[in-house]
Amino acid sequence: MNEKPVIYLDNNATTRVAPEVRDAILPFFTDLYGNPSSIHSFGGQVKRHVDQARQELAALLGAQPDEVVFTAGGSESDNQAIRGVLEALGGKKRHLVTSRVEHPAVRSLGQHLSKIGYRVTEIGVDHDGALDMEELSAAIGDDTALVSIMWANNETGVLFPIEEIGALCRRRGVLFHTDAVQAVGKVPIDLSRLPVDLLSLSGHKLHAPKGIGALFIRRGTPVSPLIIGGHQERGRRAGTENVPGIVGLGVAARLARQNLAQEVRELSALRDRLEQGLLRGCRGARVNGKNRLPNTLNISFEYIEGESILLHLDEIGVAASSGSACTSGSLEPSHVLRAMGVPFTAAHGSIRFSLSRYNTRQEIDFVIEHMPRIVDKLRELSPFVPENNRQRQWQGSVGNPACAPGCGRCSSDH
Amino acid sequence: MWEYTDKVMEHFRNPRNVGVIEDADAVGEVGSLSCGDALRLMLKLGPDGRIADAKFQTFGCASAIASSSALTELIKGKTLEEAAQVTNQDIADYLGGLPEQKMHCSVMGRDALLAAIENFKKGGAPVPRKDSRLVCACMGVTEKVIERAIRENRLKTVEEVTHYTKAGGGCGGCIPDIEAILKRVTAEMERAGATVPKNLTVFEKIQKIQETLDREIRPALRQDGGDIELLDIDGDRVIVSLRGTCSQCRLSTVTLKDVVQAKLREFVSPTLSVIEDGNRPVEEA
Ligand SMILES: Cc1ncc(COP(=O)(O)O)c(C=O)c1O
Repeated sequence: MNEKPVIYLDNNATTRVAPEVRDAILPFFTDLYGNPSSIHSFGGQVKRHVDQARQELAALLGAQPDEVVFTAGGSESDNQAIRGVLEALGGKKRHLVTSRVEHPAVRSLGQHLSKIGYRVTEIGVDHDGALDMEELSAAIGDDTALVSIMWANNETGVLFPIEEIGALCRRRGVLFHTDAVQAVGKVPIDLSRLPVDLLSLSGHKLHAPKGIGALFIRRGTPVSPLIIGGHQERGRRAGTENVPGIVGLGVAARLARQNLAQEVRELSALRDRLEQGLLRGCRGARVNGKNRLPNTLNISFEYIEGESILLHLDEIGVAASSGSACTSGSLEPSHVLRAMGVPFTAAHGSIRFSLSRYNTRQEIDFVIEHMPRIVDKLRELSPFVPENNRQRQWQGSVGNPACAPGCGRCSSDH
Repeated sequence: MWEYTDKVMEHFRNPRNVGVIEDADAVGEVGSLSCGDALRLMLKLGPDGRIADAKFQTFGCASAIASSSALTELIKGKTLEEAAQVTNQDIADYLGGLPEQKMHCSVMGRDALLAAIENFKKGGAPVPRKDSRLVCACMGVTEKVIERAIRENRLKTVEEVTHYTKAGGGCGGCIPDIEAILKRVTAEMERAGATVPKNLTVFEKIQKIQETLDREIRPALRQDGGDIELLDIDGDRVIVSLRGTCSQCRLSTVTLKDVVQAKLREFVSPTLSVIEDGNRPVEEA
């Protein structure tokens, strides 16, 4: 165990399990371990708890309980939604429309589908991260089976106009799935009045455990099951239920519903404080994305590199994440920032702070206090910072410091 | 999270020799902002020809900063000739190792060093890297850099080449090209390796050295109006003499060690060392 106190500002990656959730789950490991499908009352009593959790989650979403299918998380829900619809339509419609900024659970699936005979269109975004609605409208055709566009972006927090997208899809007669993994519990959602056919969510993003999620499937939507076997989840998702996870997700949904309005207020106040404090205190800082989730701040520090920033933050006990190439495990910076045309001077130095109800003002002020020193230290090291370059211009191997010759990767911005 | 050694973290936290040498004798710059890391190395030579001061500026992740810091520590006090012997593996070893996917940071250090030496040879003129074909446009990696990484680190797969040079890490369009380079260089290395019997007789050794000089060294030297002659071999010591413009060149020992010895070690025997015959002791360069 790491004994260091941690200021956890990486809640879009995963969240702490709420104490109320933990307490509710524990009996299902000790006393209430029956199988909800069993005939005996020992198992049967467990089923009641699963049903209750389904109702809690449906209430959070403004859905009917029978429209909620429990899964093993966001990635499974996304796969179930997209593959399930394509299969249910019998391969008659072979076109999927999605966006350039989706989570890999959707984007990599799209790339896979395009290799096995489907046509996939990725809709672009502008500098603020907003979806190009005209491009979307133009992309939908007779062959389009499904539009899958996320509700909120995990890296920038940018919100997409779900109601508008759903209405467009209705008008054009195509199904609409939204990956709402980052939105559920952070913004109000009422599926009873929204034109959404399928919606993915994941427990560990809203203070439930990892490995539990759900897919909302509107009544009457054609979806084939991904996992075939027993009759659980009314034949839509086979496998003995993850009862502790489901119970935990139910409690987390109740907490989210009860506290949502207050949390949105408090989180956006804290996030704005952090944002203003960093913009004021740090050189070369710029925010990525407009119209965002209340808890997310994606901020770039020009001419310095994200992993170095994160490791310096780690030393002082602050946990955040970055869209830099070094941290992504690939050699390219975040596909989201590149789709937005964030220049390379800033994309490699992007840091995502994502807050939760457990963060305090003291924690935020600690980060505001320490960040300028970290930025200055790394800027001092950087050959690109203009004031470090009075003596000489960068002559490096590839000429223009912003871009390699023949580079086809970047969008318009330099 | 990367598994960095304590030494990497220590050099990341407290990098040595950060800054600018205003009247540097040699500057080497590699990388770019778009690629996610870049290094500017500046050297000042003392009257004895040794590196009196080395400073750097680096844009990049922890391992890039630590590799730059390690590089400056490794080369200080060395002649350019000696410094040219520092390999990317030496940099990684100095740091107690680097994660495989971060080896390109050590290669960047080595490339900056070679660029600085080149810059010095050219009398301080900026070194255009147009001398070799650009293979990976995304990451700005040339064929020369890829080939050197393959040879020096005995790389076998495209993935390894990407870890060491970043080539192929962008759009992936150059992967067939990298495969072809790997195939060619591996074949060349095998041919060289396969034809070297374990215990060469002196005569065989001389023959192999002559062949290697003819094939690998002379054409390049003659382009510059110079030549090289094998005078003698004494165990693993290969005594040569330089002719023409080469012998006047202040940096002839760098040429010798950097090129001739590397080639002879690669194609004949890894234990060889090259010595120049003449009035001038090698160190004086
Ligand atoms: C937008 C989005 N979709 C899908 C996922 C995947 O969810 P899970 O980790 O539960 O599979 C995540 C989580 O990282 C996410 O942020």
